[in-house]
Amino acid sequence: MFKEIFGLFIIFILLVIFVMVGVAFLTLLERKVLGYIHIRKGPNSVGFIGILQPFSDAIKLFTSEQAFPFLSNYLCYYFAPVFSLFLSLLVWFVIPYFTGFISFELGLLFFLCCTSLGVYTVMIAGWSSNSNYALLGGLRAVAQTISYEVSLALILLSFVFLVGSYNLMMFYDFQVYIWMIFFTFPLSMVWFTSCLAETNRTPFDFAEGESELVSGFNVEYSSGGFALIFLAEYASILFMSMLFCIIFLGSDINSMFFYFSLSFLSFMFIWVRGTMPRFRYDKLMYLAWKSFLPLSLNYLLFFLGISIYLFLLLV
Amino acid sequence: MAALKLYSISKIAPQLLRPMTHFSVVCHTRNSYKYVNAAERSMDMKDITDRAAQTMFWSELFRGLGVTLGHIFKEPATINYPFEKGPLSPRFRGEHALRRYPSGEERCIACKLCEAICPAQAITIEAEERADGSRRTTRYDIDMTKCIYCGFCQEACPVDAIVEGPNFEFSTETHEELLYNKEKLLNNGDKWESEIASNIHADHLYR
Repeated sequence: MFKEIFGLFIIFILLVIFVMVGVAFLTLLERKVLGYIHIRKGPNSVGFIGILQPFSDAIKLFTSEQAFPFLSNYLCYYFAPVFSLFLSLLVWFVIPYFTGFISFELGLLFFLCCTSLGVYTVMIAGWSSNSNYALLGGLRAVAQTISYEVSLALILLSFVFLVGSYNLMMFYDFQVYIWMIFFTFPLSMVWFTSCLAETNRTPFDFAEGESELVSGFNVEYSSGGFALIFLAEYASILFMSMLFCIIFLGSDINSMFFYFSLSFLSFMFIWVRGTMPRFRYDKLMYLAWKSFLPLSLNYLLFFLGISIYLFLLLV
Repeated sequence: MAALKLYSISKIAPQLLRPMTHFSVVCHTRNSYKYVNAAERSMDMKDITDRAAQTMFWSELFRGLGVTLGHIFKEPATINYPFEKGPLSPRFRGEHALRRYPSGEERCIACKLCEAICPAQAITIEAEERADGSRRTTRYDIDMTKCIYCGFCQEACPVDAIVEGPNFEFSTETHEELLYNKEKLLNNGDKWESEIASNIHADHLYR
């Protein structure tokens, strides 16, 4: 009994470590790709062509002094980044690896719970910093993330109706003959956009609008807290890319193709960052409530109808 | 028929009558104008479909993505700085140096023109007669943190003694190290003489 629990623990720790290493190289990829998009080189001195840059960054960040804003809410301020990273690592347990021979039956629900909780960490980080900019950034992040979560959940729900399971494993079985992206292309685009908004990435990064909010909800964070916030952000980017691969590209998690498409999707996040300017805030809200919500609702009804029809056909 | 005629007259009438009112009306009549606003969008089925397709399939966004993807494969415009350096004009105004004559005698004759012209008042000179009777500086200090690198000192100098050389990599960790004295400036002159001389030679036609 003890042996099994210990084995599970080790497996989960390994999962977390590999996710963190992936995050480290994702930051490097981002800096490199953005560099080449700007016709310059990214970091290229540390190690071989800058391979070790993320580790040097991590050492630098965690050894520098952590400052606490005067009159900030110490506990909230300290634990918001910790909790945020914890959540975005926790959500990785739904990855259909048979991790510890677990097949997560309610994986997608678990994912939705974790991402919704992630909103609170941003909000608390912004609020407890005792700074106007951080507070505004946090508020924006909350409004935006909640709005886009609606369409995210609805899109997921329509696939759940189609597949008939919350389990991510079933998505592969469903897409053996054709990928979802081929017959729901607009929906996959909407999903990707909502992912961008959900992870506060560039066309929608109002949480850290540096042109007006200095750096948004994380202005007051330094050293370790800052690093944790960023690790959480990049871990959730990786997770979103993984989810896209599983839901729309129907990749088998044991095949090499899955990892290629995951990398490509993460590259898409960076690529979009190098291309799009920041959206306007009111347009963002209009996009969420007036375009994406009706679209995903329509698709939801459509898929619901299809599955009911199929059900009746089979019965 | 009569009604039609009446109608056509009524159409012509304003054209006939309006010029007659011109003498009493101050503002111009506008009978020829250009419509400068955005043209009304075509509502043909084909055009509507095209626009809808453009929105639905994000063709503009994808075109933008294509542009950035093209940029990734471009040669970076940057240089690998500490190992590669950009070209410098012979007129480049960098770190100061005091030059010597080929005989080894220092050029500066302590005329203090540079001190006088220096807009930042960064130069301090004290002078005395030397044992052989020539007038030389005993002290020649430049506060490099005050200096604005305008180059007036080298333009004022009648003997090309004080010059601004091509060196721009002289950052230090303390303020004191940037308070240059005569010894440091003469050392700079000895160190950079070949570059300074070739720069002056390259530029002498234009001075």
